[in-house]
Amino acid sequence: MRKIFSLIILGILAFGIWYSLKNIPFATHKTKVGKYYVYKGIKETGATNIVTSVVVNYRGFDTLGEVTVLFIAAIGLGAILATRKKKKRKEIEKPSLILYTGCYLLFPLILLFGAYIFIHGHLTPGGGFQGGAIIASAFLLRYLGCPERKINRKASDATESLGGLIFVLLGLLGLIVGGYFLLNFLPKGVPNLLFSAGIIPIIYIAIGFKVGSELAGVIDNLIEESK
Amino acid sequence: MTFLYNYIYYIGCFGLVFIGLYIILVKHNLIKIIIGLNILDTGVNLFLISIGYIKKGTAPIFSNPGINPNRMVDPVPQALVLTAIVIGVAVLALALSLAIMVYQHYGTLNLRKVKQQRW
Repeated sequence: MRKIFSLIILGILAFGIWYSLKNIPFATHKTKVGKYYVYKGIKETGATNIVTSVVVNYRGFDTLGEVTVLFIAAIGLGAILATRKKKKRKEIEKPSLILYTGCYLLFPLILLFGAYIFIHGHLTPGGGFQGGAIIASAFLLRYLGCPERKINRKASDATESLGGLIFVLLGLLGLIVGGYFLLNFLPKGVPNLLFSAGIIPIIYIAIGFKVGSELAGVIDNLIEESK
Repeated sequence: MTFLYNYIYYIGCFGLVFIGLYIILVKHNLIKIIIGLNILDTGVNLFLISIGYIKKGTAPIFSNPGINPNRMVDPVPQALVLTAIVIGVAVLALALSLAIMVYQHYGTLNLRKVKQQRW
C-alpha cells in the first residue's frame, strides 16, 4: 500500500519535472552572469580558476555564511552527542603491522596533498573546502590505523577559530581600506603565479585549515561515541 | 534515440533523485533514510552541474592563455554545488548524530517501533 502510494507520488513528480525540463536544451549557454565571470573574472580578480573567483571574491559573503553553517553543524553535533552517557571503552584490537606502518607512512603525505590543494586553489581545480576534506580524511585514516593516537582537541579547536577569525578580519580590513566588506585590496599580480589574486589564496588557506580541523573534530566525535 | 542522447544526463540525475525519494518514503530504518537523503543530494548536485555543461566545453580554468573563454562551461552552478556539497556533509553528520541519539533512547532504529511516532 505504502509502496504503491509513494510510486504514484513519484510518478506525478516525474511528470512535472519532465514537463518543465522538456523545453530546456542540453549543453547550451544559459546564463549571462556565467559569461560575465568567464570573460571578466581573470581581469577583475586575478584568479585563473573562475570557480574560485566566484566562490571567494564575487560571492565571498555567501562563502562566509557557508563556513558558518558548517561551524554550527559541527557545534550541534558536539552538543547532541555530549548529552550521551559515556559507556566504558572496550579494548581495541591492535591493528596489524601492515596497516599501522602504512598509516604512518601515508599520514604526512595526505596532509601535504591537502595543503597543496588548498594553496593552489586559485590556479588549479580545488580549494579550501576540498583540501580541508582531504586533510580530514588523513585524520580518519589515522583513527582507523593507529587508534590509540588521538588528535589534540584543543589545538584543533584553536586552528578552527583562527581560520574563521582570519576570514572575518580580512573582510573587515577590506571594509576599512576600500569601503566594501571582503574587498580584494591586495595587488592582483600576474595571473598563473602562486602569489597572485590578492586575498583569495589567504582566504582559501584559512578556509582549508578551518574545514580540515572541523571535519576532523566531527570524525573524532562520531568515533569516540561509537566505541 | 536522439531523445536519449540529448537528455541522458537529466534522466540519470533525476533517477538518483527518485531513488532517494523512494527510499525516504518507503524504508523504516533511520540509517537507510539518511542514505536516501544523501543519494537525493547527489542527484540534485549532478543535475545542477549538468545544467551548466556546454557542448565540448572545458573547465573554467585559464591554465594556459590560449583557451577560448567561449567554450568554457558555466562556473556559477559549479560554485553553487561546491557550497551544496559542504552543506550536505554537515547535514549528514548532524543526521547521523541524531540517529545515534534515537538508538540510545529507544533501543531501535526502526521508525515503526519508535513510540509516539507512528506514521
